[in-house]
Amino acid sequence: MSELRERFGEYGGRFVPETVIGALDELSEAYRGLADDPAFRAEFEGLLSRYVGRPTPLYRARGLERSSGAPCIYLKREDLCHTGAHKINNALGQVLLASRMGKRRIIAETGAGQHGVATATAAALAGLECCVYMGREDMRRQRLNVVRMRMLGAEVRPVDTGTGTLKHATSEAIRDWVTNVGATHYVIGSAVGPAPYPEIVADLQSVIGDEAREQVLAEDGRLPAAVIACVGGGSNAIGTFRAFLGDDEVALVGVEAAGEGVDTGRHGASLGHGRPGVLHGSYSYLLQDDDGQVVEAHSVSAGLDYPGVGPEHSALRDAGRVRYVSATDEEALRAFTWCARAEGIIPALESAHALAFVAREGAELGARGALLVCLSGRGDKDVDAAAAALGIDA
Amino acid sequence: MPDGAARLDAAFAGAGRPLFIPYVMGGFPNPDASLACARALAPHADVLELGIPFSDPLADGPTIQAAGQEALDRGVRPDDVIEIAGALDGGPPVVLMSYVNVLLAAGPRAFLERAARAGVAGVVVPDLPVDEAGDIRDAAGRAGVALVPLVAPTTAAARLAAVGRAAQGFVYCVAVTGVTGGEVAVDAELRAFLGRARANIDAPLAVGFGVRTPGQAAAIGEIADGVVIASQLIRLVEQAQDLATAQRSLEGFAADVAVALGAAPTPA
Ligand SMILES: Cc1ncc(COP(=O)(O)O)c(C=O)c1O
Repeated sequence: MSELRERFGEYGGRFVPETVIGALDELSEAYRGLADDPAFRAEFEGLLSRYVGRPTPLYRARGLERSSGAPCIYLKREDLCHTGAHKINNALGQVLLASRMGKRRIIAETGAGQHGVATATAAALAGLECCVYMGREDMRRQRLNVVRMRMLGAEVRPVDTGTGTLKHATSEAIRDWVTNVGATHYVIGSAVGPAPYPEIVADLQSVIGDEAREQVLAEDGRLPAAVIACVGGGSNAIGTFRAFLGDDEVALVGVEAAGEGVDTGRHGASLGHGRPGVLHGSYSYLLQDDDGQVVEAHSVSAGLDYPGVGPEHSALRDAGRVRYVSATDEEALRAFTWCARAEGIIPALESAHALAFVAREGAELGARGALLVCLSGRGDKDVDAAAAALGIDA
Repeated sequence: MPDGAARLDAAFAGAGRPLFIPYVMGGFPNPDASLACARALAPHADVLELGIPFSDPLADGPTIQAAGQEALDRGVRPDDVIEIAGALDGGPPVVLMSYVNVLLAAGPRAFLERAARAGVAGVVVPDLPVDEAGDIRDAAGRAGVALVPLVAPTTAAARLAAVGRAAQGFVYCVAVTGVTGGEVAVDAELRAFLGRARANIDAPLAVGFGVRTPGQAAAIGEIADGVVIASQLIRLVEQAQDLATAQRSLEGFAADVAVALGAAPTPA
């Protein structure tokens, strides 16, 4: 594999303490070496198929079609991956890599808990020690995943700073890595962070779009009119979009969290309403005040409750190749119920943001052809929070 | 006024002993008190490091994080800290410590020119490795502010040399593999790191992160040209009942460190 991309236009880079620069170089080197190593590829691809359950199905969602007015909707079923979300594609790849690099300890941050569960799972499989940082508020609203991580043998370290959400968990994970960098690999959970992480995560998640493109072509004999994915840090979106970036006729739509509304200031729409700056090691769009202090995000979905976004999305935004929109908490909750009732699929609240866009603009966009939606995860983790928000009793 | 790098060079060249570089978080516990704390330290300080609070300080442990957050919660802004630097002008050279996003948000050029007007001699940016520093280094050069780079025990020899070539004023050697607020061990490993740094870097070497006691400062003074103490000073402020007590405690501690580093004792 050639050099890993460190910049996406003016975005990306490595804005981190000097202490971890050597480890980032080592990671680049190891990934480039192993990406083309036949034995490593065979091990990883074998696990993707027999352990994760890939390829995930492409499912024609006729129930959503009936009620949205879009004539053809495909769901890329990442919710059917082992552990319940696309996060395992990245976590498994990175943990195998870390194992080959001789690391003994794995750390991760998590918001919704899906990345934490995926990392704890991969670490259990590889026999490595695992520690996951999670904001106190996220531990409350994604309780199921906290229990799962502990069952898998991981230590879950609560993070009490600030609002106790993903930004703070990520900062703590980076501090741990700065302190224990020798024997520890930091499995970052989205296409964010210092180079080479955004490129590695996008590469590991590209399997989503590569499969989906082939599956749609096999079904329809032509490309979809639009590809839609939710954007937190942006890993499921970039993993889905990359296969279509060269297909100019395919519209790409990333859906950020509008939280309580983008005018309220309580949202997670960094691409729509932020300015470029540095958070967690890379230069990218960011929710910040005039002084460069990072502002707290807000979303009903813990996985989108993050003030930053991956640098490749910032470049795609500026280039106009991807349209970034947002959906509010309320729209996402409505789409959550819609998908459950119309399809018998309870989606993750993150993925429900992508569905909310389909509810809003699907009929118009769908007139030109099929809509391909990345259903990034399942909603088991969200039933408590959603039941409370929707007023559903047990 | 001579430019910042020249003033820092003069401070290192003129002392004839390792420098004491205490750190104050600007605006903690409030702007006036942080200025008073800096003034209590100044008589014993050879260079003063003044922190700008930031929302996501990745290189800092709990003590500096909490101090910065308290300042932010009080509404302290970067310009307030630059103003504190201005009020300290005439004392030891001031080096601002700021995360990169604060510079980017203000515009590096505007930020550094404002700092220069306030008499600031240098800036330390802990999340700006040498390979990313191009634009900011140029802006600092034009403003006459030294951009002080950092190196860590994990920095490879070739990189140490590259940092050394880019360095202005001095090089900040991070004593521990980790964040601020821990406790340094002055051991063979640290000596070996300073040896590598010395072999590859011509600029003066200051050591910080985890230095808590005058004894540790003295031991580090044997292998380095300067010693930075930060979190420990914040702890002293936190432990004090009131500002006057905090000032006395800082003053006493700073005097002990200065003497440990070979300064002539000042009459009380
Ligand atoms: C199911 C699901 N989808 C999406 C996301 C958002 O992350 P990303 O934007 O990296 O795909 C998360 C994050 O926790 C998630 O759990």
